[in-house]
Amino acid sequence: MTRSFVFRNPSVLIFLALLALFTLGVTAVSEGFGVGLMSTSFVKTLGKTLCLALVAVAMDLVWGYCGILSLGHFAFFGLGGYMIGMWLMYERTRGIVETSLAEAPIPPTPQEVVDAIGNQIFGVVGSSDFPLVWSFADSLTIQLFLVVALPGLLALIFGWLAFRSRVTGVYLSILTQAMTLALSLYLFQNDSGLRGNNGLSGLQNLPGLNAVPQSTVSVWFLWASALALGLGYLLAAWVVSGKFGSVVRGIRDNEARVRFLGYSVESYKLVIFTLTAMIAGIAGALYYPQAGIINPAEIAPIASIYLAVWVAIGGRGRLYGAVIGAVFVSLISTWFTGGQAPDVNLGFYTVKWVDWWLIVLGLSFVLVTLFAPKGIGGLFDLIADRRRPDRHGDDLGPDQGSLREKEAVE
Amino acid sequence: MKGQLLEVSGVSVSFDGFRAINNLSFTIGPAEMRAIIGPNGAGKTTFMDIVTGKTRPDAGRVLWGEKSINLIGMNEARIAREGIGRKFQRPTVFEDQSIQDNLLMAVKNKRGPFPVLIYRPAAQDQARVEELAAQIGLADQLSRKSGELSHGQKQWLEIGMLLAQEPRLLLVDEPAAGMTLAEREHTTDILVEAARTRAVVVVEHDMDFVRRLNCKVTVLHEGAVLAEGSLDHVTANQQVIDVYLGR
Repeated sequence: MTRSFVFRNPSVLIFLALLALFTLGVTAVSEGFGVGLMSTSFVKTLGKTLCLALVAVAMDLVWGYCGILSLGHFAFFGLGGYMIGMWLMYERTRGIVETSLAEAPIPPTPQEVVDAIGNQIFGVVGSSDFPLVWSFADSLTIQLFLVVALPGLLALIFGWLAFRSRVTGVYLSILTQAMTLALSLYLFQNDSGLRGNNGLSGLQNLPGLNAVPQSTVSVWFLWASALALGLGYLLAAWVVSGKFGSVVRGIRDNEARVRFLGYSVESYKLVIFTLTAMIAGIAGALYYPQAGIINPAEIAPIASIYLAVWVAIGGRGRLYGAVIGAVFVSLISTWFTGGQAPDVNLGFYTVKWVDWWLIVLGLSFVLVTLFAPKGIGGLFDLIADRRRPDRHGDDLGPDQGSLREKEAVE
Repeated sequence: MKGQLLEVSGVSVSFDGFRAINNLSFTIGPAEMRAIIGPNGAGKTTFMDIVTGKTRPDAGRVLWGEKSINLIGMNEARIAREGIGRKFQRPTVFEDQSIQDNLLMAVKNKRGPFPVLIYRPAAQDQARVEELAAQIGLADQLSRKSGELSHGQKQWLEIGMLLAQEPRLLLVDEPAAGMTLAEREHTTDILVEAARTRAVVVVEHDMDFVRRLNCKVTVLHEGAVLAEGSLDHVTANQQVIDVYLGR
């Protein structure tokens, strides 16, 4: 039991090596740093996919390991995006405003500059004053702190209320979904102070780095996303490897038993829920500068449901499964919905994938859940020839208890 | 009351008008083996639920230890940390995890999330796990997944986890259910050994098993104590024969 962490978890090392290889490979063929075989927009797609993989790892921690089917982790993801987006938009607008005001005959006062920025940002929703939530938008440090702190705080408050009242199972899922819906509806309002349904845009432009082409910026973000994914994966693997992981999986399988062992189940759930919300916030903060725009539709409950689908298809309860699911399903979704997939002419009907993809995805989700509950990640078990034990024994009630396992089955 | 580990006094609880426990009072000493018997619906499991914090009674007190702390109102985890261990009717072990992990989770240590997060097994904990595994006859199977164990082995593993918690009171619900004769004997040995240093309360249907435990017996009926004493004493009681044994 004194073997090292990496030795006990060889999959972590393999994953990190593959991630490094992937990042180097993409860099080598990118337009910014390599031979230019890969378009900048595709580099961005890959970078975004890495962020989705990170939020999927968080989802796997909370769902696959702790058994909390949260349908709200994309809200935390979106909040992270909004927090970094506010700074990006503010600073960039300030740069533009200052350039244009510099030509004025009288130098502008600081207040005039702030007013002009407000006019630029909020003109679209018929306002020009900075709402309270933008108080710290001029400080990168504070906004970066909020990327982690705001989702964490929301998760902490929500989780404390929900777990303390012992809301579990499908009821908790509905509750998280309601939270997500409420948040997205709130952000849709113009007076929420985050530009309503317009969202925040122009996030791909880094303030003060106008001279750097997007081809370079895209690779930077790819590196940052890969680094975040690597560290997040390592953290998640460490969290679930020791006794903490044992307790958390125990909570998933039999909450009451863990309680009678003396563990405060609520605190553990709260720690996992908050930690994963923070990871989701970081993933979002890296995703949206690559997407360039964030609006409340991104936070809508359907996004969080997709997240659960990715993790289910990839394989719950194993971290690489979540990554595989997110990467595989989101890339294939992009391919089908982007109009790249060729239409299938059946003679009497032409299958247009843009319309049919969702049905295919939904169907494969149902099929995976029914016939391959271990997901794509389960295929690795075949290679490793590591089978889980047949789960049994639990279904025997007290009245059948006088029979032994075998007798009762027969 | 002096010298008692657990004192249940005047406890009542009803579910939708049905009185599961009706003014129940009794005490258990610090190193005592006690069997609780009674027909179905006598309130045996509800009694355990109340002591372990799963069910909150409508009236009464449950006092614990030298300081006579009232257990009512505490949550399950807190009561478990106070030193009350519970074994369920059905074997409930974490089937997805190895016997080693199951036992290590139960070994007495800090239970908060952050101490557990940075916890790495100390040599003494590992030694304790191995000692317990030997006691329950699973010493050579530490790395097996507990889901692969037989029914009886799971029961032992759960008893082992209970002992690992180092509780001062063990509540054991039908430990011998579904066991072969040899397995029952081993279970009796484990429980009798445990009762040397702590209180053990066994709820059991099986009279032969209770006889083998050779301890004081409390008969519950309709949520109250009907008779108490040695097994021979209570089985001679006409009321007990009427409600339970006569059937």
